[in-house]
Amino acid sequence: MFRRLPDKTDAGVVNFTINGEPRVGRRGDTVAAVLLLSAISPTRVSAVSGEPRAPYCMMGVCFECLVTINDIGNRQGCLIEVTNGMRIKTQTTRREAGA
Amino acid sequence: MSTQPEIKAAYDVAIVGAGPAGLAAAAVTAGCGLTTVLLDENPGAGGQVYRGIETTPVRDPKILDRDYTDGHDLVLDLKETAAEFVRSAVVWSLARDGEIGVSVNGHAHMLRAKHTILATGAMERPFPIPGWTLPGVMTVGGAQTLLKSSGIVPEGRIVMAGCGPLLWLCAYQLLQAGCTVQAILDTTDAGQHHASMRHAAGFALSPYVAKGVKLMAAVRRRTRVISGVTQLAAIGDGKLQTVSYIAKSGNLERMETDYLLLHHGVIPNVNLAMSVGIDHTWDEVQGCWTPTVDNFGTTTVPGIAIAGDGAGIAGAWAAQYRGRLAGIAAVRTINPNATGLPDELAIRRDLAHAMRGRTFLDHLYRPARAFRLPADDTIVCRCEEITSKQIRETVALGAQGPNQLKSFLRCGMGPCQGRLCGTTVTEIIADARKVSPQDVGYYRLRPPVKPITLAELAGLPQTDDAAKAVVRL
Repeated sequence: MFRRLPDKTDAGVVNFTINGEPRVGRRGDTVAAVLLLSAISPTRVSAVSGEPRAPYCMMGVCFECLVTINDIGNRQGCLIEVTNGMRIKTQTTRREAGA
Repeated sequence: MSTQPEIKAAYDVAIVGAGPAGLAAAAVTAGCGLTTVLLDENPGAGGQVYRGIETTPVRDPKILDRDYTDGHDLVLDLKETAAEFVRSAVVWSLARDGEIGVSVNGHAHMLRAKHTILATGAMERPFPIPGWTLPGVMTVGGAQTLLKSSGIVPEGRIVMAGCGPLLWLCAYQLLQAGCTVQAILDTTDAGQHHASMRHAAGFALSPYVAKGVKLMAAVRRRTRVISGVTQLAAIGDGKLQTVSYIAKSGNLERMETDYLLLHHGVIPNVNLAMSVGIDHTWDEVQGCWTPTVDNFGTTTVPGIAIAGDGAGIAGAWAAQYRGRLAGIAAVRTINPNATGLPDELAIRRDLAHAMRGRTFLDHLYRPARAFRLPADDTIVCRCEEITSKQIRETVALGAQGPNQLKSFLRCGMGPCQGRLCGTTVTEIIADARKVSPQDVGYYRLRPPVKPITLAELAGLPQTDDAAKAVVRL
């Protein structure tokens, strides 16, 4: 689990869903950050073997935080801020030929 | 400065990356009246070192001190100018003639700059150990990014492993934030102590030395530090449960934990620079590819410069000064009569000061061979799940370099495009063939260097010539 430190700023909140479940985040959170806070694990399975994965580098180089955002797959969750109404879906199946 | 303006078709200067180098370069070029666009794929300015500098919820100086908050001055300097800052701007291509492909919020744009400065910074050196793909294993930099940008920290037991200044800094910050750092597994190569001592005198004059010593002492007081660690492994079923290692005594030790944070140094983030054909050479001491640049950041491709850690690791202060120097060179090229340039000699003095002690750190924290060249079944390419053993077997079959390896194994062809395996693959091939990494070379990188949807590409405005080239009349 991850936890949030006390926040005295007035960033405001955003409402979005992860796998259909309503969630609340701080404005400015990245998608990868709210996935880690949500305690959903794994946040992805590898495309090759289906092994569990989770955000790793948080800076756009490892591509472990790939998620489907508003129906577009393979988005880098660590580079994208959550916004009101955003639909985040974890990618839970491995790569299949012809799929 | 304007934020999120419409992207125009042409600028005098385009700068990729809004960390210390990019922010400082933009302040110089825009300050001298050149039209300047600053692009960054992150949601805000600051790069990794000043990540979330304008929006961080962490306002406690005991956690993030002045070395972080001072980064705000770079943003304030830029705000005085007419620079155009585009955040969440993912640059996916750069051509030799200065044409840049960039996507912002699902819309692709092509822009052209007379002069381009790449300030794409550093990334953490890949740390391939058994089990490093398990959920619960992250990079130290990743944990620090979560802290800075969102004020989020791991809850539960944390083991930190590796070597280098960032490991100690982040350990200190996590302890200050109330985290449970169970142990630090120090993998610093004992053999490097000797090699680094020749450079110790230089380090004694480093601006970082006083803080570094104090910080390490504070961490040692509050957590167990185990040195001489080898054969590190992450073990777990579906997620990390145990860290195992061999201690100095030679015993195999196991430690149950919730998080393992890995770090053994940073290396230049070379993908964009290599994709445009800038020459790079293998740095034996830092163990990474470094672009060939002069002391203004000028590269082997005319009109494209590199500033900051992307031009060779030297830290945030040096990045800022090297950004300014690259900015000065851009101004002198485009408008030799421009006034208001900063004092080059003063910047060079500051840069020399910031660079003191660097060689000592480079030598001391050069990762041990066993951590750069993982054994057997350790995954090297995380995306395609290719092991060290498979790479060695394929080299034995006759694959001479990383590009041939792609055809055999798909190694380096997953979504990260070789970022997390490239340096390891080069070193393993070099070791197997008994040649230098320089002779082995690197993956041939091509645009798009970041993912872009077909819809975004199709949505680009097309010229008549381009349409005629593909439409059968």
